[in-house]
Amino acid sequence: MRNDISRIDEIYSNFARYGDKLNAFITLREQKQVLADFAHAPNGPLKGVTYVLKDAYVTKGIKTTVASNVLGNFIPPYDATVYRKMTEAGAILLGKMNMDAWGHGGSTENTDFGPSHNPWDQKRVAGGSSGGTAVAIAANLAECAIGEDTGGSIRNPADWNNITGLKVTYGRVSRYGAIAYASSFDTVGPMAHTAADCAAILSVIAGEDPYDATSSPHPVDDYVSHLSDSLNGKVIGIPTEMFDKGLDPEIKSTILASKAIWEKLGIKVIEISLPIADLALAAYYLIAPSETSSNLGRYDGIRYGNDRSHFTDETMRRIMIGTYALSAGYYDAYYRQAQKVRTLLIQAYAKAHSQCDVILMPIMPTHATKIGEIVSDPLANLLADIYTTSQNPVGVPSLAIPAGFSQSGLPIGMQLVGSKFSESLLLAMGHQYQQITDWHTRSPKL
Amino acid sequence: MTYQLICGAEIHVELNTKSKMFCGCKNDPFGATKPNIYTCPVCLGMPGALPVPNKKAIEDCILIGLALGCKIARVSKFDRKHYFYPDLPKGYQISQYDEPFCYEGKVETSFGPVRITRVHMEEDTAKMHHETISVGARHASPVSLIDFNRSSVPLVEIVTEPDIKSGEMAKEFLKKVRDIIRALGVSSCDMEKGSMRLEANISLSPVGAGSSRPLPLSPSELPNYKVEVKNINSFRFFANSLDFEFKRQSEILDKGETPVQETRGYRDGRGTVSQRVKEGAADYRYFPDPDIPPILVSEEWLDSIKARLPQLPDDIASELVASGVPASAAKIIVTNAEMMEFITQVKKLDPKSVRFAANDLVNKKIELGKLTPEQYLKDRQAKSADKITNEATLTDHLQKIITANPNIVAEYKAGKTTVSAFFIGQLMRATAGHADPSVANKLLVDLLH
Repeated sequence: MRNDISRIDEIYSNFARYGDKLNAFITLREQKQVLADFAHAPNGPLKGVTYVLKDAYVTKGIKTTVASNVLGNFIPPYDATVYRKMTEAGAILLGKMNMDAWGHGGSTENTDFGPSHNPWDQKRVAGGSSGGTAVAIAANLAECAIGEDTGGSIRNPADWNNITGLKVTYGRVSRYGAIAYASSFDTVGPMAHTAADCAAILSVIAGEDPYDATSSPHPVDDYVSHLSDSLNGKVIGIPTEMFDKGLDPEIKSTILASKAIWEKLGIKVIEISLPIADLALAAYYLIAPSETSSNLGRYDGIRYGNDRSHFTDETMRRIMIGTYALSAGYYDAYYRQAQKVRTLLIQAYAKAHSQCDVILMPIMPTHATKIGEIVSDPLANLLADIYTTSQNPVGVPSLAIPAGFSQSGLPIGMQLVGSKFSESLLLAMGHQYQQITDWHTRSPKL
Repeated sequence: MTYQLICGAEIHVELNTKSKMFCGCKNDPFGATKPNIYTCPVCLGMPGALPVPNKKAIEDCILIGLALGCKIARVSKFDRKHYFYPDLPKGYQISQYDEPFCYEGKVETSFGPVRITRVHMEEDTAKMHHETISVGARHASPVSLIDFNRSSVPLVEIVTEPDIKSGEMAKEFLKKVRDIIRALGVSSCDMEKGSMRLEANISLSPVGAGSSRPLPLSPSELPNYKVEVKNINSFRFFANSLDFEFKRQSEILDKGETPVQETRGYRDGRGTVSQRVKEGAADYRYFPDPDIPPILVSEEWLDSIKARLPQLPDDIASELVASGVPASAAKIIVTNAEMMEFITQVKKLDPKSVRFAANDLVNKKIELGKLTPEQYLKDRQAKSADKITNEATLTDHLQKIITANPNIVAEYKAGKTTVSAFFIGQLMRATAGHADPSVANKLLVDLLH
C-alpha cells in the first residue's frame, strides 16, 4: 500500500473530480487535518497509509452516523478499538463512509445520506452494507478500509466493486465501538485491493480486547509472513447446492473457471455438499432482527438528538420482526427455533470442513442491481443474501476476492470460506491467486 | 372467613465491589461528590460500547448463594430484560432469566423455613431526581435529572418462594439474610442508602375453620392473584405492609371479590398505596445477551469461592450454645457485629470464659468499645484469684455467724429457707465479698441441717 504524502494529494484531487457523484463519504476530513495527522503518524506497520472507516465505528470528536438521521449529529466521546489500533499503527483516517443505515441492507440505498454509486456503472448500487467503503477503495479514494460484516456486508460490496474483503472469524477483531447491528454476527474486518493488504491490516487489528468479552484469546498469526506458505495438497470444496438455480450463469462459469488456477497452486478441487441455503436465510432473518430490535432500543430520542420517527422503513421492519420473534408466546417458535437451526448450520459447516480446507462459493447471485431496482422489494432484497448469511451464524471466516468480469464489464467476485481462525490460510490462498491473476488490479474509468 | 397470609420476598442487594458490574468505573454512588462523575461509554449505554462482566461481583453473588444454602449452576448466562425507562440507558437491563448463578436454597427461621428460589446477578439502574429548577430567565419548572453514578452497579437479587406466613416471620427472615450478607462482607445492606431494597408479593388463601394449612402450598393451591408492594425501606415497614395487606385483602375477599393484581407502594402511616395495575404479565422479551459469553463455573473456581465463606451467624450461634451459652443470648450476640467480634476474641484467648462473657454481653455488663476482650479477661481472672473457695475457711466463718444468730437459725428450721440469704450476706461482709457464693451455699445447707 502506498504511504507517500503525494498519495493524499492524489486522493483529494480524485475526490474533487468525482467524489460527489459517487457519494461514498458521509464525512470527508479536511485535507489539512489529514496532512497534520500524516506528519505526526506513529512509526507503526501502517505508517502513512490512508484508510476509511465504515461510519459504524465511533471516532472521538468525529461525527458518527451509521448512515441514520437518528444519529445525524452524534459526536462520540470515545474511540472504537479498531480505530485506536489503526491510529497507533500509523494509518491515516480520511473519512467515514456511507452504508445501509445500521447495517440494514445490502446495497447502500437504505441510507439517510443518499445512495452510493457503483464506480463500474454509476446507475448501479455499490452493494452493502459497507458500500461507501468499497467504492472508496475501487475508485482510488482510499488505500484501504475497515468494513463490518454481519451477513455479507463486507463481501457483497467487495464483490460488486472488484476489491478484496475479509469477513473474520467471530471474536478475531474487537467489536468495541462498532455500533451494533446484530451482536452475535457482527465482525470487524479489512477491505483493500489485495489479500496481502488485508493481511497487513488484520495483523494490526486482530486480538483479544479487554473491552469486548466476545473477543477471542486465540493467538494472532503473523498473517503477512504466511502469505507465501505452500498451498500444495490443500483442498477446496465446491458445494453443488451453492451453484444451483438462482445463480446468474455468467457468475457461475466465471467462479468455476478459477478451478484451473487453484490447481496450478497445487490445490485439489472437489465437489461437496452443503445443503443449508434455506435454513441459513431463515435463521439469519430471525436472529439478526431480534438482536437489532434490542440493540436499537437505546435510540429513544432522549439522548441522541433525533427520535425513532427517523428510522427508515427497512430498519422499522427489522425492529418489528425482531420484537415479534422475542415476544412471549412467539419466542419458542421463532427465536429459539432459529437458534436451533444455528446449531444445525454449525454442524453442516463442520461436516463440510472435514472434507476440505476451504469452501469456494459465490457471493451475490446477480450483478450489482440498478439503483432503485429492488430497494422497494424487501423480500427480493433479503433473498439476494443467500450465499453470505450462513457464515455469520456459524462464525467462520470468509475472504472475498475478484474472480473476473461480465461481458458488460461488471466485476464478479467469489468467496473462500475457511474454518474458524483459518485467516492465514484464506489470505495465503487469496494472495497466491492474485499473483497469477490480474482482476484485482483493474480500476473503473472515472 | 379466616385466611392464611402468603408472602414471597424479593431482596435487592448492591455489592460493594471496587468497580461496577460491566465496566471499570468506580462503584461508589453514595460517596460520589457530584452526579455523573463515575461514568463511561459502557454504563452510559453509548452506541458501540460493550459490557464485560465483573468477576469479583459474580464471585460475591455465588458466595451469597452458598451462604443461603443454594445450589450453584455449572453453566450460567446473562440475559437482556427489555423495558423503557429514562434511567435505563440501553433500553434493557442486563440480568439473568432462566439460568441464575444460584438456585434452590433455604433459610431457617423459628417460624419455619423460607425456601430461596434463586439468587441472580444484574445491574442497577441510574437514579432519577425530580426537581424544580430555574434556567436563566425562565420560570421555575419541573425537570427530571438522571445521575448515572449508580448505573450498572452490581446488584444481586434474592427471590424466595411464597413461604412467609406473617410479619414477624418476615422480620426474622429478612434480618437473618441481612446478617448473613454482612457477615460475608460483600454489601453494607444499608436500607437508608438503598443498598438493600425489599419487595413483597402478598396474597391470602382461605383456610377452613380451625385448620391452619401448612405452608408451603403447592402451586395449584396458590391464590389466583398477588399484590406486589415496592419501596419498602425497613424490616418494620415490610412487616407493616404485610399486616396492612392482610386486613385490606381479607375485607375484599370477605365481600366475595378478588383483590386487583397490582403494584403498591408502602407509605409510613398510610399503609400501602396503589401505584399501577399490571394488565397481565409484562413482556420483557428476555433473550441471552449476545455480548457476554455463557459463564462456566468450574470446580476449582467454585472451590476458591467456597474458601471465602466465613462462619455464618447460625453456625456461630450453635457453637456458642454448645459452649454453654443460652440460645436466647447466642441469638442476640450473632446479630450484633460488635458483640460477635468481642466473643470471637474471647474464644480465641480463653475458650472457657465464653459462657461468662456471653452473659455479661447480653446483660450489658461490658461496655463495648471501651473494654477490650483482653482487659475483660484479666479483670475476671483477678476476681476469681481472690475468691475464697477453701471449705475449711468458709465453714469457720459460717459457724461463727450461725452461733451469733440463733433466732434466724430457728426461723430457717421453721421452714423459712429464704433466710439463708442473710447468712450469705453476713459471710460476704466478713470476707469483704471474696467468698465463693456457690461453695458457701452448699456448706451453709449442710451446717444448718
